[in-house]
Amino acid sequence: MNEIWAGIQEAVRLIFSLDADLIGITLRSLEVSLTALVIASALALPFGTWLAIRRFKYRRFAIAVLNALMGLPPVVVGLVVYLMLSRSGPFGVLGLLFTPFAMIIAQVIIITPLIASITHQAMRELWSEYHDLLISLNTSKRQRVAALIWDGRRTLMTAALAGFGRAIGEVGAIMIVGGNIDHVTRVLTTAIALETGKGDFALALGLGFVLIALTLMVNFAIHALSRTEREGTW
Amino acid sequence: MIRIVLAILMITGVAAKADTMRLAATTSFNNSGLSDALLPAFKVDTGINVQLLVVGTGQAIRLGQAGDVDAILVHSKAAEEAFVSADFGTHRREIMYNDFVLIGPSADPSRIKDAESAIEVLQLIAATEMTFVSRGDDSGTHKKELMLWSAAKLFPDFFGAWYKAVGAGMGASLNSASGLDAYIMADRASWLNFGNKGGLELLYSGDPMLFNQYAYIPVNSDKHVHVKSEAAQRLEQWLLSARAKNIINNYKINGEALFIFNGAP
Repeated sequence: MNEIWAGIQEAVRLIFSLDADLIGITLRSLEVSLTALVIASALALPFGTWLAIRRFKYRRFAIAVLNALMGLPPVVVGLVVYLMLSRSGPFGVLGLLFTPFAMIIAQVIIITPLIASITHQAMRELWSEYHDLLISLNTSKRQRVAALIWDGRRTLMTAALAGFGRAIGEVGAIMIVGGNIDHVTRVLTTAIALETGKGDFALALGLGFVLIALTLMVNFAIHALSRTEREGTW
Repeated sequence: MIRIVLAILMITGVAAKADTMRLAATTSFNNSGLSDALLPAFKVDTGINVQLLVVGTGQAIRLGQAGDVDAILVHSKAAEEAFVSADFGTHRREIMYNDFVLIGPSADPSRIKDAESAIEVLQLIAATEMTFVSRGDDSGTHKKELMLWSAAKLFPDFFGAWYKAVGAGMGASLNSASGLDAYIMADRASWLNFGNKGGLELLYSGDPMLFNQYAYIPVNSDKHVHVKSEAAQRLEQWLLSARAKNIINNYKINGEALFIFNGAP
């Protein structure tokens, strides 16, 4: 219990002293996870919607695989990305290992299935509602996807936020591909793992509270920007 | 939204691109705090920025073999010699040493405090079957521990539930030992710098068998052309310099020296 109290105090101290390392680490966490989120959303939102409206032979199978991929173990993703990007791996010449870019790749792989799967679930409901209307208007596939994405944007935001939550709280994969290098690839979660290893629980917990606060702020910011949960606009 | 992302990218993306090299070093080098004393001084002297990857000796050697780092700083002589003789590293340079110590609950139920040798310590722990935490991660410390068990003619594969191979770094293993009130072998530097000692204390040290040599090995650029051998060479020369010697020998926690320089210039 004392440790938790010390952690809260440490978090307050870190935030109010505007610790330069903390700011760097926090910005890097945001940079990596937000970039991963943007890329993953650009892939997953259209794909999930497409999957909801398109009928093809292996659709059921594709959906089952997609749902299973939601549970992709990050540490395995990290290991595979590591082996791909390692100097002795197929993409070694690019020299991307132990850079924020490698961390973004790993996070995109981890969160894309999650976002696509939630998107698909939401779009399936919406599609059954819109089906007759959109068909009778003689819309193209592309127009249908666009109409569904726009009208389902609130649910899609939830999908994206779930993806962001998984990305920013993830440690197994980015530890392997990023290497937790100070000032280069150290983010909040890997710093927490490091401080726990040093037995400095107060600092580790302080960083943990900063991470939670950051996730809350990002969620509030996105809600504010997209004006949800307000009278008359939702 | 996009503007925010771009702004963040701008802020964080500008850094780096100076002269940098990558060094995979054992956890104790970083957990002890010595890396934070040495590497910034090296940067001041040479302008080279060392990106430190803190891993166990086994993983450091793997990173060196794959060419993902430019040099390694590790502590497991047999593995180092195999690494060099397979031409993954150019040569092995001894830099400094410290020693391993045996940590355990302050009540010392296995009575290892007055043991004559490290081997006797392990025999006492095994005979009383008191909980013992092993790194179990193929690190230098783990290899040393296995070597001591085999010198004591005891075989961890056949131990009961009291022997817990946690498969984690030094700090995480010390956390486990602290939680379990267990015996554990650690390097002195990591132990002194560890913040969560709980009911544990240093019970045994001093046997020459517990000697712990750290060596620096530049990765061979014949195997991996992209390796920054020039920077790696400058770091080697610097680590052997009087300035580095001074920093290493004077690095103390609570008045206790952690490492002793023994590099031959």
